[in-house]
Amino acid sequence: MELGEIVVEARGIEKFFGSNHVLRGVDLEVRQHETVMLIGRSGSGKTTMLRCLNFLEEPTVGTVRIGDISAKADPLHARSRKHREELRNLRLQAGMVFQDFNLFPHMTVLENCIEAPTRVKGVPKAEAIATAEKYLAKVQLSEKRDEHPARLSGGQKQRVAIARALCMEPKVLMFDEPTSALDPELVGEVLTVMTELAHEGSTMIVVSHEMQFCREAADRVVFMEGGVVVEQGPPDQVLTNPKEEATKHFLRRFLTPDQHAVIEAMAEA
Amino acid sequence: MAVAQAAVQAPIVDAIAQAQRAARRDFMLKFSLTWAVIIAALGLVIYATGNADPAFTLEWGPFILAGIGLTIFICVTSITGATILAVLGALGRLSVNPFLNGLASLYVSLVRGTPLIVQIYFIFYALPLMGVVLDPIPAGIIALSFNYGAYMTEIFRAGIQAVPRGQREAAQALGMPEGLIMRRIVLPQATRIVVPAIGNDFVAMIKDSSLVSVVGLQELLWRANTVGRSNQQIIQALLIAALVYWALTIVFSYFQARLEKRLAKGDR
Repeated sequence: MELGEIVVEARGIEKFFGSNHVLRGVDLEVRQHETVMLIGRSGSGKTTMLRCLNFLEEPTVGTVRIGDISAKADPLHARSRKHREELRNLRLQAGMVFQDFNLFPHMTVLENCIEAPTRVKGVPKAEAIATAEKYLAKVQLSEKRDEHPARLSGGQKQRVAIARALCMEPKVLMFDEPTSALDPELVGEVLTVMTELAHEGSTMIVVSHEMQFCREAADRVVFMEGGVVVEQGPPDQVLTNPKEEATKHFLRRFLTPDQHAVIEAMAEA
Repeated sequence: MAVAQAAVQAPIVDAIAQAQRAARRDFMLKFSLTWAVIIAALGLVIYATGNADPAFTLEWGPFILAGIGLTIFICVTSITGATILAVLGALGRLSVNPFLNGLASLYVSLVRGTPLIVQIYFIFYALPLMGVVLDPIPAGIIALSFNYGAYMTEIFRAGIQAVPRGQREAAQALGMPEGLIMRRIVLPQATRIVVPAIGNDFVAMIKDSSLVSVVGLQELLWRANTVGRSNQQIIQALLIAALVYWALTIVFSYFQARLEKRLAKGDR
């Protein structure tokens, strides 16, 4: 799909955990309908970068804009009412899917999906339910709407989490290693949903090492190392023909044989 | 082949199930026997030492039992008050507001650091000196609520902290404001976590409610004490009261276990 205007714009993001300099000035732009994958080894800062985008981690320095809402890192006044309200507005622009699902266990699937739309956005309940049913159908879990999360498999939980995020109709969907906590046979059903969303033009930022998804759905790959973006570009360029030594090293040393197979297939295609 | 295998397996599977049933029966038998023997022995000792007088029990037993209603009323009201105080206390103890946090911490420290009986005396005898005169029943309920509220504050604080961090993050990511996150996401889950501990405190309160007899509340212990003294049958009267407390705790423990099971079902 044709890419649109810039929906997510992060400038000069730096993050310290204590004296540990985890992000060292990262810029990121994501256009409407674009699917961007953040890759890199653990500790490279990719998950922290994602969490800085909706300020689940307050960056030490930097600004983030999502849609029309901007927020500037203000770690000295992180608890101030004004700043928290600003962040809440920013977060309303972005949906987030977590590695370990984080569904609300005391609510049914449907209640998980309508909680924030009704109570935060003030959507009338009937309308919220209709929206939730639409997205539950999309992730093929309509028949589970009245179950509690504990009765679902990991793959089903993650699909509900995706539906819950979609119910807020966010400008961008962010995925933090969405398949890392899943048994291997359940990974496919989640990636199928994500691939579909990408092809339909959702704007997505995905932290993941799923090369199959990268091949089928990503418009751009961003490789991070040591808290900076080392290299970025279309998947076939970055993965099959990397320019930077660090990227080459990562691709050689930190991927499984399965992942290499996908990249080789990409190279041949 | 599959059929032959099943034929071989069936007897051993049945035998194992049978052995397990037999073991359970055997355990329950010995368990019950232990209770029966010890209780019988205790009863015998009491009878032999001349502390059992059926005539006294028949005459005054109903008078003592009439205190059950008040005891249960005090406990139910106090545990409700204590729960409300505990939620507020826990929110205070976790608050980043230094005044609220200080207030809640002082409350917990002071109330946990002084004997319940002193608190009861204070509320009933000292407050009137400051112009606050309370009837015995509200005085007793306030004392028990404050006391248990302090202990339960720590229970609720632990319960709130036991809710996984990801729950709060997921709610934040959905744009929920902090008050809503606490009320809709964290507290409901924390409550499930603390139900066993609160039930435990409730059972303890059934017995501690006897302390309010010192301000003349005519609950179980006050009644036993009063008729026991006037009839020179104090040990027997106290025994009756003790048996009633014991029976009450058994009944409530049973309901508590059922409640826990039901709450657990919703989650799993």
